[in-house]
Amino acid sequence: MITLDFEKPVLELENKIAELRHVNNGSGVNIAVEINRMQTKVDRLLQVAYGRLTPAQKVQVARHPGRPHFFDYVRSLIEDFTPLAGDRLFAEDEALVGGLGRFRGRSCVILGQEKGNDTQSRIRHNFGMPRPEGYRKAQRLMAMAGQFNLPIITLVDTAGAYPGVDAEARGQSEAIARSIESCLRAPVPIISVIIGEGGSGGAIAIATADRVYMLEHSIYSVISPEGCASILWRSASQAQEAAAALRLTAQDLLGFGLVDSIIPEPVGGAHRHREETIRRVGEAIESALIALTPWEAENIKESRAQKYLNFGRQLPAA
Amino acid sequence: MNWLTNIIRPRIRSLVGAKEVPDNLWQKCPGCENLLFTRDLEARFNVCSHCGHHLRLPVKQRLNMLFDDGKYELIELPKVPSDPLKFRDSKKYADRLRDTQAKTGLKDAITVAAGTVGGQKIVIAVFNFNFMGGSMGMAVGEGIVRASEEAVSRRAALMIVPSSGGARMQEGILSLMQMPRTMIAVERVKRARLPYIVLLTDPTTGGVSASFAMVGDIHMAEPGATIGFAGRRVIEETVRETLPKDFQTAEYLREHGMVDMVVPRAEMRETLARILRLLMDRGASQGDVIGGSGKAKATGGGKSLSLNPPANTSSQGQLAAKRALRQVRAAKRALENLEGKESGRTRVGQ
Ligand SMILES: [Zn+2]
Repeated sequence: MITLDFEKPVLELENKIAELRHVNNGSGVNIAVEINRMQTKVDRLLQVAYGRLTPAQKVQVARHPGRPHFFDYVRSLIEDFTPLAGDRLFAEDEALVGGLGRFRGRSCVILGQEKGNDTQSRIRHNFGMPRPEGYRKAQRLMAMAGQFNLPIITLVDTAGAYPGVDAEARGQSEAIARSIESCLRAPVPIISVIIGEGGSGGAIAIATADRVYMLEHSIYSVISPEGCASILWRSASQAQEAAAALRLTAQDLLGFGLVDSIIPEPVGGAHRHREETIRRVGEAIESALIALTPWEAENIKESRAQKYLNFGRQLPAA
Repeated sequence: MNWLTNIIRPRIRSLVGAKEVPDNLWQKCPGCENLLFTRDLEARFNVCSHCGHHLRLPVKQRLNMLFDDGKYELIELPKVPSDPLKFRDSKKYADRLRDTQAKTGLKDAITVAAGTVGGQKIVIAVFNFNFMGGSMGMAVGEGIVRASEEAVSRRAALMIVPSSGGARMQEGILSLMQMPRTMIAVERVKRARLPYIVLLTDPTTGGVSASFAMVGDIHMAEPGATIGFAGRRVIEETVRETLPKDFQTAEYLREHGMVDMVVPRAEMRETLARILRLLMDRGASQGDVIGGSGKAKATGGGKSLSLNPPANTSSQGQLAAKRALRQVRAAKRALENLEGKESGRTRVGQ
């Protein structure tokens, strides 16, 4: 597993614990007690480190390759998952994936970006950066959800929409705009969870929702800190400053009233406790779904629109 | 990997600080480098007389050019929190904003006006690129919401004229939220069945192009305007290949099916007036909708027969409807054949 800078002291201890677990007892030392003592220390160190993550560190955690990705959530939370491919216009885009499935007994449409977890799958999923085909598939699936009255669950994890010649030629802008439009026109509940990176237009295209949750160490931003730094500070090395200035943490967004709540990650982050993180996300989605049921098509669309129109109108004093 | 506007950064820098109306008598055309007499240039709506290059058109001149007799009413825009993030780079955003306001005499990067074009009611929202690159923050978003409300309450068309590098990153995530907010705004105009027209001008990129600017009923674009999602430099760095010469120009977008027409400024007013007349003053066919009677009515003097099947619920009704539809199609074919013969052309097949 990749170790982040601020995790290094903890990692040494974690390695020692792992070694101890393999030591043959018989040395007279009570190894179990020793392990417990060290584990407690590790937990405390992690709690401290993760309790005071800087925005730049949050960016690192949000991008950690060991975090659960779209398909990890689907495997644990969705029964009878049936992936659906293609935009019916040009191609299939595996950066933005989705399909039908059953969540806690209810049929639903689930979609989101998948970053992949090894070189081969990362390339196949284009590192979670969708092309227009991906957003047009999202439009198709959201329309289907409306047709069959199925709630929509979206899991957002992208650095952004793919900036490529082909993507531009096929209308990346239009595809994203129409995807937002599909969200706004959906006559069913939409629940979005930012599970890692919420990268600008490529994220909001599928995150214009009735309920938007963020995992505790996820980020959501109009531009990457690196991109912002290279424009405003004229140097990508100022990304740490930009990360702080952009106010992109889950805590910032909750403060601005732009997300509905934060899903706490287990101590040490989602990459250390993948199953527990997924379970908590599942709980959050379920409670949102219960709160939004039953729904009435016109009402749910209108209250979604009102919610977004109110954004920024009554900001808490900064 | 973000869509903010790296590409136009140098141009933002060179233009922020430039006044809307230049003091100098002469200007160099960016297209052909000829020196142009400023007063002549203004008379030609900032189009170069040598090469036809469309230089940026100041907001006031744009409104004068479009509205009937150059007359319009400015719509007051709501106040918004000015610096929600307390953002600071080399300079405080609050200061940057205040300086830009002082320099331009504007509150933010959007101006909304109402009036008529060709006699049809219209609300026009124009971006000012000189105001921080026309970037979209809360003020611009609220301006578009306001413009839409105004269009709906006046039963007027809405036209938006973006000239923007994208989202205003100094307003962070709140600027991103203007994408859905402006989409909601224009959706209301569409629901009221009022025309929503986008006039894409240089540049329209990033979060602006990826929201309200790409969902118009009609997309007009000015010749040579840069229109796209990601900035040219970002794309070059990502794909490491040379981009086509006309990449992300208005003409390129038209060729790729994203723009209805590329319209030179000299023809803009007339084109807009014609579109508005066609959409809002439907003449003889106004309200002429085929109902459930099963009888198809010819509209517009019999030239265009509607092929909409009548609404029926029963399967018997559906059969009847299909039969009627077949008859209408046959009649239309016969009519077309007749017209073809009359004009000396022969048509083989359809
Ligand atoms: Zn010229």
